[in-house]
Amino acid sequence: MEGVLKQNSTKEFFTGLYREHRAAITAGDYPALTIQRDNAIRRFEESGFPTTKLEAWKNTDLKESFSKEYDIVLEPEQGVDVQKVFRCNIPHLDTAIMGQLNGWYVSKDVPLMELGNGIIMGSLAEALKKYPALIEAHLGKYADSNTDAFTALNTAFFRDGVFIYVPDNVKSPKPVQIINVIHHDRNLFLQSRNLIVLGKNSRLSLVHCDDSYNHQPSFSNVVTEIYLGEHASLDHYKLQNLNNASTLISSVYFQMDTAAQLESHYISLNGGLLRNNVRQRFNGPHGDTKIYGIYLMDARQHIDNQVFIDHAFPDCTSGELFKGILDEHSSGVFNGHVLVERNAVRTNAYQSNKNILLTETAKVNSKPFLEIYNDDVKCSHGSTTGQLDQDAMYYLRQRGIGEESARMLLMYAYADEVISKIAIDPLRLRIEDMVKKRLQGELQICEACVLHCNTPEQPMEFVIDMTKL
Amino acid sequence: MQGQLVIMESDPDNIINEVTQSDYKYGFVTDIETEYAPIGLSEDTVRYISLKKNEPEFMLEYRLKAFRHWLTMKLPEWAHLEIPPIDFRDIYFYAAPKKKKQYESLDQVDPELLATFDKLGISLEEQKKLAGVAVDAVIDSVSVKTTFSETLSKYGIIFCSMSEAIQNHPDLVKQYLGSVVPYTDNYYASLNSAVFSDGSFCYIPKGVRCPVELSTYFRINAANTGQFERTLIVADEGAYVSYMEGCTAPQRDENQLHAAVVEIVAMKDASVKYSTVQNWYPGDKSGKGGIYNFVTKRGICKGSNSKISWTQVETGSAITWKYPSCILLGDNSVGEFYSVAVTNNYQQADTGTKMIHLGKNTKSTIISKGISAGKSNNSYRGLVRISKNASNSRNYSQCDSLLLGSACGAHTWPYIQVENKSSIVEHEATTSKISEDQLFYCQQRGMNAESAIGLIVNGYAKEVLKQLPMEFAVEAQKLLSISLEGSVG
Repeated sequence: MEGVLKQNSTKEFFTGLYREHRAAITAGDYPALTIQRDNAIRRFEESGFPTTKLEAWKNTDLKESFSKEYDIVLEPEQGVDVQKVFRCNIPHLDTAIMGQLNGWYVSKDVPLMELGNGIIMGSLAEALKKYPALIEAHLGKYADSNTDAFTALNTAFFRDGVFIYVPDNVKSPKPVQIINVIHHDRNLFLQSRNLIVLGKNSRLSLVHCDDSYNHQPSFSNVVTEIYLGEHASLDHYKLQNLNNASTLISSVYFQMDTAAQLESHYISLNGGLLRNNVRQRFNGPHGDTKIYGIYLMDARQHIDNQVFIDHAFPDCTSGELFKGILDEHSSGVFNGHVLVERNAVRTNAYQSNKNILLTETAKVNSKPFLEIYNDDVKCSHGSTTGQLDQDAMYYLRQRGIGEESARMLLMYAYADEVISKIAIDPLRLRIEDMVKKRLQGELQICEACVLHCNTPEQPMEFVIDMTKL
Repeated sequence: MQGQLVIMESDPDNIINEVTQSDYKYGFVTDIETEYAPIGLSEDTVRYISLKKNEPEFMLEYRLKAFRHWLTMKLPEWAHLEIPPIDFRDIYFYAAPKKKKQYESLDQVDPELLATFDKLGISLEEQKKLAGVAVDAVIDSVSVKTTFSETLSKYGIIFCSMSEAIQNHPDLVKQYLGSVVPYTDNYYASLNSAVFSDGSFCYIPKGVRCPVELSTYFRINAANTGQFERTLIVADEGAYVSYMEGCTAPQRDENQLHAAVVEIVAMKDASVKYSTVQNWYPGDKSGKGGIYNFVTKRGICKGSNSKISWTQVETGSAITWKYPSCILLGDNSVGEFYSVAVTNNYQQADTGTKMIHLGKNTKSTIISKGISAGKSNNSYRGLVRISKNASNSRNYSQCDSLLLGSACGAHTWPYIQVENKSSIVEHEATTSKISEDQLFYCQQRGMNAESAIGLIVNGYAKEVLKQLPMEFAVEAQKLLSISLEGSVG
């Protein structure tokens, strides 16, 4: 069961495909989900794919992404080699690993695990069969299919993805790692859906990696809904290391109840066109959110971070820090939006976006936007775009450090402000290493599988001639 | 449309005195009954205006082109404003003001309005005029007197109304009109290009430093009219001019449309400073009435080392939609934007600037201070664009918002686009309310809450106010306190 999305094909293709395969797509649904899907495809039919005429897509043009042909696979493939998915794990990090291949959940043993402490993790498709009530309480409640065309399309079509449930008062003993690998010999258009539910007072660390294995073009439209119950706490990391022919539209929706705590990191190392839609809503007072992003782009890569924080309740705090280095012909977009609603008194919100442009052809669009409807707030934002500090450069050169090394050192120091916020030590060391490699142009996607997928026997070092110091 | 241009000579000794007793020294216009174009807008209206003003052929063509283009355009809806639909068929596009409702004595005038006039230091006679009380003085609304024309002509400076400029200096007008804001630019600029009635024109010849500050004072008196003025300032090589613009409208009934276009051209080494104190009638406490102020202001730094500086104090208008901008085309050119925007009651403002860096080593500074009170919404919307060729360019933006009261809104929309590795762009913004500590400190020393807020707000806006010419600065400070009146508690 599949369709082929032709070049520049229109929304009619998807609406037609949905109608044709509706029975199969909705086979595992509870009744309300089918209604959601029907509504979503109708919304998508009205809006179509976004164009640069829309404010939210002004600086991200999907024309090139849509100029390719893609296969749309609506059934999981059989007989895939799941082992290679799990090669991409992070060394020295003791995690519970969940794998996804081309958008489908893959596992070494069972598709849905129920751990002793009540944590459920596994395939969303399986969970739909086994825990429909649990899923119905959350799925589609936070993702916005009404205004976001890609989310609407995802709601209509998703078949599988990752489901994690942490019950009340349970603290996950080790981080959970989701490895999402794209590996196919044809161009793929995939849409997966993840749902993560954290009960009251629960705690979870989640590392979510997107990787590609070869240079085949792909288009991923991934929607993740994350619910944090009262006093729940989540450490969330999203690593993106995709090939330059891939397009990734990742929409993450956070819903946070009273006094929930969130730290969310977006580490974008490679990818043709990356778009991170992060939408977070406070659904109770005393919530706290920190969102960090680092993006290192070169060639013709494009990164677009859209961060929306809705302060709907009083006494919440939010902070955003996004830093980027743009090399060669790459382009970056940062679009931060903090909304402070009328009754959200004693709000504290901070947005910061910093960019370094390394070439004449790299460009950046930054729009930190504050929308505030009450007076008892402390909100600020800042945005800078520039180059490496010439004084710092001079200082290092003066001390005998070669220009290239000095540049690396400064860029690394610049990126480290974000990386140092990573709380899990092995993960931070790993990412530090990856960033160093990335800055030296040595980080490959998994094809080479030398640097990324294997254990780094020799951690990256800066070459500094110590005799001259 | 009525406009009066007055030039003032700066006399520091008298300034404070004058301003504190302040009547509107910028000259005044009272109503006279005149004919006007049939209500609504059609090609005939455009022809009528052009004919009425006895314009040369090229102007009529320009207007018609603009009008035809305007017909193809849609109302802009992107601003963070709630604009009630405007019926363009219900506006007099060319109207010497029609005779309006007259009061027999001041007793019938809203005492609140009179109190406001008192604060502005307007004499009773003037108050009568402002409030629409019958007065016997009749001033010709169309003719424009320039008190210092002799002084100016000595330097070769041309400063006259736009109508006169079209008659007497058609070449200059032809060369520069629409060169910065083309008639295709935006909805209101197109409309303005088609129907503008008057405005001022200013040309400073090569190497001349204008010895006095030029000032225009605009006023909407009549009901149901739109005001569409057009200002063009050209500073030739090495010239300098400081230009001031003030506006008021005392109407208390329905909303009125004001869609002006201001164009500035600064050639090599020229410098233009443009200051505005915008005090159009903002509507009453319940948000009824007031001016819709949809203005396109843009300057181009054409030559190298040129400079354009915008300073604005926006306290009036029910709705403000205004983005004074600089195109920094010449190498080493400088653009500046200093703004204080105050909104109270139901006022809405969406204002900011655009700095388009095209030349090398160009610099721009943006200081914007928003103050929102009551149920108003105040937005800063700015664009800083550094193009590929604008190497070593520099921008610094700071836009702060101050919130007074829990029902108002303050929003910041900075767009930053950089396509060049050697340029540095910095933007920072804060939003907060008046510090309780500062308030406490002032009140402890015997100030009431209102004057304490006035003091703090003036301090907050100081950075911008100090950019204003002296006469304006004093007036602006007073305006700030008046605009915020009643916003405490």
